Amino acid sequence: MAASGPGASSSRIVRWIDYRLPFVKFINHELYEYPTPRNLTYWWNFGSLAGIMLVIMIVTGIVLAMHYTPQSDLAFDSVERLMRDVNYGWLLRYLHMNGASMFFIVVYIHIFRGLYYGSYKYPRELLWMLGVVILLLMMATAFMGYVLPWGQMSYWGATVITNLFSAIPVVGNKIVTLLWGGYTVGNPTLNRFFSLHYLLPFVIVAVVGLHLIALHTHGSNNPLGIDHKGPGDTIPFHPYYTIKDMFGLGVFLLVYAGLVFYAPNLLGDPQNYIPANPLQTPPDIVPEWYFLPFYAILRSVPNKLFGVILLFSSIGVLFILPWLDTSPVRSARFRPVYKWVFWLLVIAVVALGWVGAHPPEGVYVTVGRIATIYYFLHFLVLFPLIGKLERPRPLPLSIGAAVLGRGGAAAAAESD
Amino acid sequence: MTTARLTLLAAAAALACGFAGPARAQEPEAVTPAHQQWSFDGVFGTYDRAALQRGFQVYKEVCAACHPVKHLAFRDLAEIGYSEDQVKGIAAQYQVTDGPNDKGEMYQRPGRPSDPIPGPFPNDQAARAAENGALPPDLSLITKAREHGPDYVYGILTGFKEAPAGFKMMPNMYYNEIFPGHQIKMPPPLTADGQVKYSDGTNPTIAQMAHDVVTFLSWAAEPTLEERHRMGFKVMLFLVIAVVVLYAAKRRVWSALH
Amino acid sequence: MAQSAQSQVIAGHGPGQAGESRRDFLLLTASALGAVGAVSAIWPFIDSLNPAKDTLALSTTEFDMAPIQVGQRLTIAWRGKPVFIAHRTPEEIKAAADVDISTLRDPETDAARVKKPEWLVLVGICTHLGCIPLGQNQGDPRGEYGGWFCPCHGSVYDTSGRRRDGPAPLNLEVPPYEFTSDTAIKIG
Repeated sequence: MAASGPGASSSRIVRWIDYRLPFVKFINHELYEYPTPRNLTYWWNFGSLAGIMLVIMIVTGIVLAMHYTPQSDLAFDSVERLMRDVNYGWLLRYLHMNGASMFFIVVYIHIFRGLYYGSYKYPRELLWMLGVVILLLMMATAFMGYVLPWGQMSYWGATVITNLFSAIPVVGNKIVTLLWGGYTVGNPTLNRFFSLHYLLPFVIVAVVGLHLIALHTHGSNNPLGIDHKGPGDTIPFHPYYTIKDMFGLGVFLLVYAGLVFYAPNLLGDPQNYIPANPLQTPPDIVPEWYFLPFYAILRSVPNKLFGVILLFSSIGVLFILPWLDTSPVRSARFRPVYKWVFWLLVIAVVALGWVGAHPPEGVYVTVGRIATIYYFLHFLVLFPLIGKLERPRPLPLSIGAAVLGRGGAAAAAESD
Repeated sequence: MTTARLTLLAAAAALACGFAGPARAQEPEAVTPAHQQWSFDGVFGTYDRAALQRGFQVYKEVCAACHPVKHLAFRDLAEIGYSEDQVKGIAAQYQVTDGPNDKGEMYQRPGRPSDPIPGPFPNDQAARAAENGALPPDLSLITKAREHGPDYVYGILTGFKEAPAGFKMMPNMYYNEIFPGHQIKMPPPLTADGQVKYSDGTNPTIAQMAHDVVTFLSWAAEPTLEERHRMGFKVMLFLVIAVVVLYAAKRRVWSALH
Repeated sequence: MAQSAQSQVIAGHGPGQAGESRRDFLLLTASALGAVGAVSAIWPFIDSLNPAKDTLALSTTEFDMAPIQVGQRLTIAWRGKPVFIAHRTPEEIKAAADVDISTLRDPETDAARVKKPEWLVLVGICTHLGCIPLGQNQGDPRGEYGGWFCPCHGSVYDTSGRRRDGPAPLNLEVPPYEFTSDTAIKIG
């Protein structure tokens, strides 16, 4: 694909700027010259959706912060003032609240896409690990953000999760006191969570920048999992994937708007509309839905320290994925055994989410333990084993060949 | 991706939605209240102004003896159909604490539209002292702070019954069908038809009063619902059109490749 | 910019003239929709910065001036700002009326600044750089015209609140107000 886009047609101003700060040249390269596989499916829309959600969360968050008061006696009321008195305050709040859920939905799908198509494998190991860092930062940001309205769930969720650190031997309690800034979760905790909640999204932006640089070094993976070898395999990002991303964004916004305007409290917990009461624990302390699988893993063992270790390991294991997988082939399309085992992971994660929503008794404990064992088994045992033992299906010669093979009549017209 | 896999994924998603949402508070003996018809139900729901005003009257004459609605200000009542003068009149009926004055004392003065509606007690401790240790919750958000909010509150108000034979009641508690554990500290607030005299001629049965006050409380918890639904309609319409146009554009652009 | 990319892509087997203009129309519509959407989405963010409903509710203050004796002055708050209320003596009213307004930096007759001559209602913020002038309390310096004196940079106001001396460019502002009874006013 020859270079296209503005060259001779640039205005003098653009050329003056570009000579000093090659911004336009950079955009050109990324949009027109950067080779994108021609066979990307809609599962590849979710990365750009995640980027857009990050921007939406930051913009709504900054405006919300202009009206929110991070003080334990005033926080809850300041949120109610936002909802009732601030112009469009209700809209900003519901956008931010439901935006967090949409952000996680999009990121989880993006991650599972990566798992299915082997996007974490050579040469994209760092790209994947940066992604896990982004996930961790998102989880920290979301956790602290949920504390800010200072409802019953805000307070008690903060208490339960910060208490996790007391499991650390010897220094655990000192660490928890340091985190709290007091003897319980209280005003000092709220203030520092507000500060960090404002800060971390910008750290996420920086890591996303690194994530994109890593991506653009070798380009996107594709459903076939084979590298692109020539111009017949790729197309320019613009206009093909820009318009496809716009369409995907439209569909996504429909779902987001449906939530915000017609079911804004569907994914939330009613108890967070009760102001925090340090002297009354709610009958059930449940985190937001996007934390439920991890919550279930945490509670799957009756030992506090081991539960905490399992919790952090469940994300830690994602970091080392590229080295756990021994398959010579990337995409599950050509991995007959892994293809089905992948769905077992999906079922296990959904089951863990279901378990996390319920009190740890009876059938929930049993299912939780089985699903937790499977989760770690999947990554630590099945990944290395399946890669070694399965016989992958033969890979197509190239992306272009695979596409044209299916296309049939169009083959002759491609005159590259 | 094949249809089989898409179906599997959809099933997984449905499972996830089904379980992560309503199945949260699995308390022992949670009774699901019967679903009522509310004017604000559904995507085109609105608040029935007449019901709101009747409900406010019920709140004022029955519930306000113990329950505050601190997030409502008198000026908010203009949204439920009262004129500016009526709002001023309602506010002036209340005495509001202001101050300190130049002598350093707090003093009482008639309410103004800008004031929050004062509650029956100056603080939580006074409330507990007056109510046998119980703290009547603020009602500004009650229909959002409970599972099945409006249905739940309606169920509580109409669910006071004689305890069944053999059911052990604690002292100073009342049997309620809907309240978790069936023993509630609040005595039945709506005891007889005609407890509140409606000026618009509606028959004030217990069910009617309960329905009206829950409509009022739902508005109190979510006053922007109608604006939200209106904006939502415009946004969804715009997005549907945009999606159709964008899809056509996408197909057009990509047709060059095939 | 987009043109050259597209023409490259359709080289060989373009859909033809009609197809091309249909594509342009679609893309034009899509871009227009996108622009409309983006601009409409921005408005709530900007409007949320405007005063909220509770702030607007405090935009008017009602006050009954009956307890203020002749010759007395009182300061009340309106929209967070001090408002000077002066129950003027006949001497103060005469002094204000007798001034030749062409000598004033900000010419205004006393009659234009009051609704009832014995009641003067002013925003108590110096029009120079925003300090609160002295003169409301017994023993305060009032400047040589018997009105108010700003200690920050020496602006002097007369018994109608007009600037007579010092760096202030304008007279003390008269807020919008109306009488709701003989002695009660609603400001704002």
